[in-house]
Amino acid sequence: MKPARYTKTAIAMHWLIVLMLIGAFALGWYMTDLKISPAKLQYYAWHKWLGITILGLVVLRLLWRVTHKPPPLPLATPRWQVLAAGAGHWTLYLLLLAIPLSGWAHSSAAGFPVVYFGWLQLPDWLPKDKELAHQMEELHEMLTTALLVVVAAHVLAALKHHFIDRDGLLHRMWFGRDGSGQ
Amino acid sequence: MFSHRTCVSAWRRTAFAALLLTSLAAPATLGIDTAKSKFTATFRQMNVPVDGEFTKASGTIVFDAQHLDSAQADIRIDTASFDLGMDDYNAEVRKKEWFDSKTYPQAVFVSKRMSALGANRYEVSGTLTIKGKSQPVTLPISVKTEAAATIFTGTMPVSRQAFAIGDASWNEMVEDAVLVSFRIVQPR
Repeated sequence: MKPARYTKTAIAMHWLIVLMLIGAFALGWYMTDLKISPAKLQYYAWHKWLGITILGLVVLRLLWRVTHKPPPLPLATPRWQVLAAGAGHWTLYLLLLAIPLSGWAHSSAAGFPVVYFGWLQLPDWLPKDKELAHQMEELHEMLTTALLVVVAAHVLAALKHHFIDRDGLLHRMWFGRDGSGQ
Repeated sequence: MFSHRTCVSAWRRTAFAALLLTSLAAPATLGIDTAKSKFTATFRQMNVPVDGEFTKASGTIVFDAQHLDSAQADIRIDTASFDLGMDDYNAEVRKKEWFDSKTYPQAVFVSKRMSALGANRYEVSGTLTIKGKSQPVTLPISVKTEAAATIFTGTMPVSRQAFAIGDASWNEMVEDAVLVSFRIVQPR
């Protein structure tokens, strides 16, 4: 039996955010230690544009999430797992908001404002300050490390459901048709 | 018959009066306040405006609104003092491709002419020398006279390529026009 699924919108947003996160993370990992070059500045720009896009998508995702109840977990799910799943998901949302915001703050403090797609200059919400910029950079990295840990747990839990429990729970967040989807 | 002594003191008086008259006619050459003066360069990379500040500058200005023909400015900026707020970028702009601060430690502006535009605004023309290249420049400035200082403010667009600041690989990333804005404080 296939359990009820998230809405198509939620599923699309989930996977779109996943793809963009992989891109933003790979860029962020690669670009920081590069020597200063035109390419490095290009990667920083792409990283920032991706981050702001993710921030926007996560806000939409959250608005959708609070207005569309997610499908219930199977009745047999132990209570601690229900709680852990909930805490895990909200931690993910929180980190997905905090990480782009801290990156944006870092840009402001470093004096390199974010100009979205080279077109829309976003407001700076911190003054240009070397020490503050350093702190924001550290925070951005720390939050990203935390995200990696929570994402690892999220993926491991999903794989456990799929390969060990074989309860088809992954279908809640996968594409395709079934009768119970909204 | 004048004694030798009276003769010398008379000569001294005349010389002093002459000096006084000259100093009244021609305004004095005064140094600028290095700590209070501010020189900022704003460049755009992929449309992102980035400010850097030259924290070390020196110079002299002769300015008297009544004697513009004798106006004269000589401003020297240490290119190695350019501070973008990030150490790695600061190190980068001192390199050969950019300011080449080792070979050309100073960017220099020397004025040639100054004319009044009205309402405390003036037009200054002169020569800007950066990285061994000289270009004629003309810019409008504002002059404000305060109790303790004369303050000169203005902006001047500078072409990076005209002075070979940043090699060709940067041309697509960093706009050619850099806006230099200044606020020069000269104690009175």
